[in-house]
Amino acid sequence: MSKPRTLFDKVWDAHVVRPETPETPAVLYIDLHLIHEVTSPQAFTELRQRGLRVRRPDKTLATMDHSTPTTPRNHLGIIPVVDPMAISQLEQLRKNCAEFGIPLFELGDENQGIVHVIGPEQGLTQPGMMIVCGDSHTSTHGAFGALAFGIGTSEVGHVLATQCLLQRKPKTCAVRIDGRLGPGVTAKDIILALIAKYGVGGGTGYVFEYMGEAIRSLSMEERMTICNMSIEGGARAGMVAPDDTTFEYIAGRPFAPKGADFDAAVARWRTLPSDEGAVFDHELTLSASDLKPMITYGTNPGMGIPIDAPVPRPEDMPDARSRAALDKALAYMGLEPGKPLLGHPVDVVFIGSCTNSRLSDLRQAAQFFRGRKVAPGVRVMVVPGSQQVKRAAEAEGLDRIFKEAGAEWREAGCSACLGMNDDKVPPGKYAISTSNRNFEGRQGPGARTMLASPLTAAAAAVTGVVTDPRTLLN
Amino acid sequence: MEPISMITGKAVVLPVENIDTDQIIPARFLKVTDKSGLAAGLFEAWRYRADGTLNPDFPLNRPEAAGATILISGRNFGCGSSREHAPWALQDYGFRAVIAPSFADIFRSNALKIGLLPVTVEQTVYDELVAHYAVDPQMHLTIDLAAQTVTLPDGRQISFPIDAFSKYCLLHGVDQLGFLLNQEALIAEYEATHPQPVVTTAYSRGKTEEQGNDSMSA
Repeated sequence: MSKPRTLFDKVWDAHVVRPETPETPAVLYIDLHLIHEVTSPQAFTELRQRGLRVRRPDKTLATMDHSTPTTPRNHLGIIPVVDPMAISQLEQLRKNCAEFGIPLFELGDENQGIVHVIGPEQGLTQPGMMIVCGDSHTSTHGAFGALAFGIGTSEVGHVLATQCLLQRKPKTCAVRIDGRLGPGVTAKDIILALIAKYGVGGGTGYVFEYMGEAIRSLSMEERMTICNMSIEGGARAGMVAPDDTTFEYIAGRPFAPKGADFDAAVARWRTLPSDEGAVFDHELTLSASDLKPMITYGTNPGMGIPIDAPVPRPEDMPDARSRAALDKALAYMGLEPGKPLLGHPVDVVFIGSCTNSRLSDLRQAAQFFRGRKVAPGVRVMVVPGSQQVKRAAEAEGLDRIFKEAGAEWREAGCSACLGMNDDKVPPGKYAISTSNRNFEGRQGPGARTMLASPLTAAAAAVTGVVTDPRTLLN
Repeated sequence: MEPISMITGKAVVLPVENIDTDQIIPARFLKVTDKSGLAAGLFEAWRYRADGTLNPDFPLNRPEAAGATILISGRNFGCGSSREHAPWALQDYGFRAVIAPSFADIFRSNALKIGLLPVTVEQTVYDELVAHYAVDPQMHLTIDLAAQTVTLPDGRQISFPIDAFSKYCLLHGVDQLGFLLNQEALIAEYEATHPQPVVTTAYSRGKTEEQGNDSMSA
């Protein structure tokens, strides 16, 4: 009987081209390399300078998402790009993909969207795969039982040239989430609560495997929300063992195996979950039943509280360093310690990003907009994660619900998550955002971000203040 | 890449924990297609006030910090985004090493690739360095990569960990891509013996329906 292995061990072992030694890291084979306009140009330059080709364009896919505008299409059906630097970056990606034979989902193409939305939606993301992208939220794809993580541009070059990556084996951490979520509490609240409990550095050096009753009962889109923010907890990757929910999601998607091949794939995928008795290096726990909707008050994703809790006071912090960090965060956020966030005015609401821009997120948000109006003075941006999500939402009339309420229904992209396209939060203004990072200036210089679920964001959109979404549930 | 052995230079302390890559370089500076000039965006929101003038209180802007080559910062340095622009910007500004009690995984990996040395020290050593810098803002340190030591102002030598392979590459100015390219035979063997789960180019050829068959044929 061989030694019991974790899901991570199995995926890792299956991709070892050359085992690690004390002197050299493992050489790992990459099944899918996703690229976008921001972190790839310098890697292609490197390839050209060294006279190298892209080894496997057939394992590479490009999309445009970060620097792209999400402005509604013009009368020609074109999404206009006006920023000259964005134009040049997008043009560079187009040129690189054409020269090296890499398929590209162009801005406005029927399949274009945020890189971590399109992979799963196309059926490219499958259990047991090794997936990388020059983007830290590549952890999203781990929801399928893939090992997926973000890499830097040098490594993007490594994978383009060799389809391989040099890695030291990380440690494993079981993240056990038991219990069941109550009404109005979502997957986003699970991950915000986990990071609030264990901190933004708690997962450094580890790959998370999320498990337990709460995870099993989640949909694929909800599991993606959780795996997406593994990196906010410091873990480079987060994984969920594949199960029937996973297989049902993949079935029938464009790149999924078909017919007998699908059945054979499912049989293989069923061998992936961690074996009975597999040992993890570390364990974290959280009870889903005790959770309330979460919201952040500070300038890192670990600074989160239940929505009805007061903002922490520096004197309650355990040490001088965390007191200093809290003082700095509250000064930036313009918030008073000890006061509740409930009722705090909100200027911008952003519903979107690779964390929460999928159809189920938009459906959840839409329920609070239906028959209501956006509160006066609040700008609400609803940004679907992909063109496919956009079409699916429009097919069921969600766009009309948002627009009739007074929200903006925009084109697909990263949008206001990161302040590198036209969608920004103005200086000093408060945003409730369904994205993943509340760092200083993340959504624009001086922007004050409060991270929350689509439900909590939608509740604030129609009330104009931080609101417990449970009070609006029917 | 230039080989690295000894780094001796002036240090500057930025005593903040969890400095994320959006602080190191905000995303709006990431619209470039090369690596040059990124120093302009380094800590942009902290170096400059809202009106665009220099913030004289920011540690890097103080006259005594001019020419500093070693950045000392709080734990979990470089958390957040995978942007290699963060270490590029630090290097472009003139830094050759960052000393912190801990680093985020992707930042450390990126920094090692480009020869910006991440030096992990105990929290107590970091606290000492912060305290020393408060009285001696001209503090100089020596980092010896071969010996894996930092020489503190009082002459004590503290050792730091570094992955053996990264150390070898930095000491010899070897880049890691060269090592990977030399694995060609093993890579080809792996490809010949493992099925290909997806074929992305099936999309551009309009043949995604056939893709499932390909996946089992290898």
